[in-house]
Amino acid sequence: MRLNDCDPGFKQEIAREPGGQGIQACFACAACTARCPVGELKPEYDPRRLLRLAVLGRREEVLASPLIWLCCSCQSCSEVCPQDVRCSDVLTAIKNLAARAGYAPPSGQAMARQLAAHGRLLTVGEFENEKRAELGLPPVSEEPADYQAILGAEAAAPRPAGEGA
Amino acid sequence: MRALMFLGCTVPVRNLNYELSARKVAAALGVELVDLAEMGCCGYPLKAFDQEAALVLAARALAQAGRTGLTVVPLCSSCAGTLNEAAHHLDHDPAALAQVQEKLKPLGLTYRPGVRVRHLARYLLEEVGLEAIAGKIVRPLSEFTFAPHYGCHLLNPSRVMEGFADPENPTSLARLIEVTGAKALDYRYLKQCCGGGVLGADEDLAGRMAGSKLLELTEARVAAMVVICPFCNVMYEGQQKAVAKKLGAEIKVPVVYLTQVLGLAMGMSPDELGFKLNRVKPKELLAAFK
Repeated sequence: MRLNDCDPGFKQEIAREPGGQGIQACFACAACTARCPVGELKPEYDPRRLLRLAVLGRREEVLASPLIWLCCSCQSCSEVCPQDVRCSDVLTAIKNLAARAGYAPPSGQAMARQLAAHGRLLTVGEFENEKRAELGLPPVSEEPADYQAILGAEAAAPRPAGEGA
Repeated sequence: MRALMFLGCTVPVRNLNYELSARKVAAALGVELVDLAEMGCCGYPLKAFDQEAALVLAARALAQAGRTGLTVVPLCSSCAGTLNEAAHHLDHDPAALAQVQEKLKPLGLTYRPGVRVRHLARYLLEEVGLEAIAGKIVRPLSEFTFAPHYGCHLLNPSRVMEGFADPENPTSLARLIEVTGAKALDYRYLKQCCGGGVLGADEDLAGRMAGSKLLELTEARVAAMVVICPFCNVMYEGQQKAVAKKLGAEIKVPVVYLTQVLGLAMGMSPDELGFKLNRVKPKELLAAFK
């Protein structure tokens, strides 16, 4: 590892994100890794290692890593951390930075588009409400205008040509 | 008692047996669940990509709830966790609150701090109470053993749950099962995450996460696993066949909702409780209700 390849400001960049502050308190004890149900089955996913790389300033390596998207957000790590790092929240901060740098998997945009169009991850139309009515359940509605106002016109734009559903 | 039902995205489309049984049981316990048809997504799905947007979506729901003055009762653990965290965040971070209010303004909404969020299981335990539930049990389930599945977001992060439970030693679901006279199994993978959170990113990994518990409970031969979250249900019931194939193992674990178990013990029929929609049938259990 060459120091010139490291970005000493990366940890502060993470700390400025909501939930990212904890990274500054991590002393790499690996309680998070020991408790992580993802790491138990996939040892290459090691939250302590990801946080360590981030502290060292390996910005591109961390943001481009497909491993950061494997946090199942169970928050077990936050419960066992002696430093109150809230590792799961720090990883959310890192994922948000990665998304802004263009590294997010396409599912993120797809979900934002679905929410902007329907306000729900699963579309509720006449069919769904009829089925609900048959069981005596009250109707639910879609309020796309609210979600478009929050998520912006960009999210509501139609899917670019050639991109799958 | 009145409370505000929060259905979220998945339950009102995919888990109608959960919703049906939750409404029946709540009504029988004297809880009036009020509906707001326009409550949509809690924001959880966007958190990994844009948590500021996710927080506004949560705040929208909390602001709508605030108008009713009622406690918000989600059936989904992800919704409950997300709304609990959002309320806690907004109640303790004036800068975040101010930003969110700006975003809510065009919607004609304002978030007023202090909205209470209680997952249905927690609401039944703390606000209805075991004594009141016990008073409604007419068909004790003493011959059955169930495996509680807590999942993650009923308990975590404990710092926003106002002392609800020790997430490393949970007892709430076991107590809600035992009030019916049934036994609640304590087992190795009791606290295991279902893997639902990574299903989109790595299906193989998600399946193997669900598999640890399914293998253990196949051996244990319980009447059913008891869940309280639609995502956990996707992993354990919806994906059960795929997981068995992946692991090359025999897996057979009926999956039921807490409210279906409570309903049976309260004298309701399997049909009323939506058991027709359960895909891995709890045969041993249902045979007792023919």
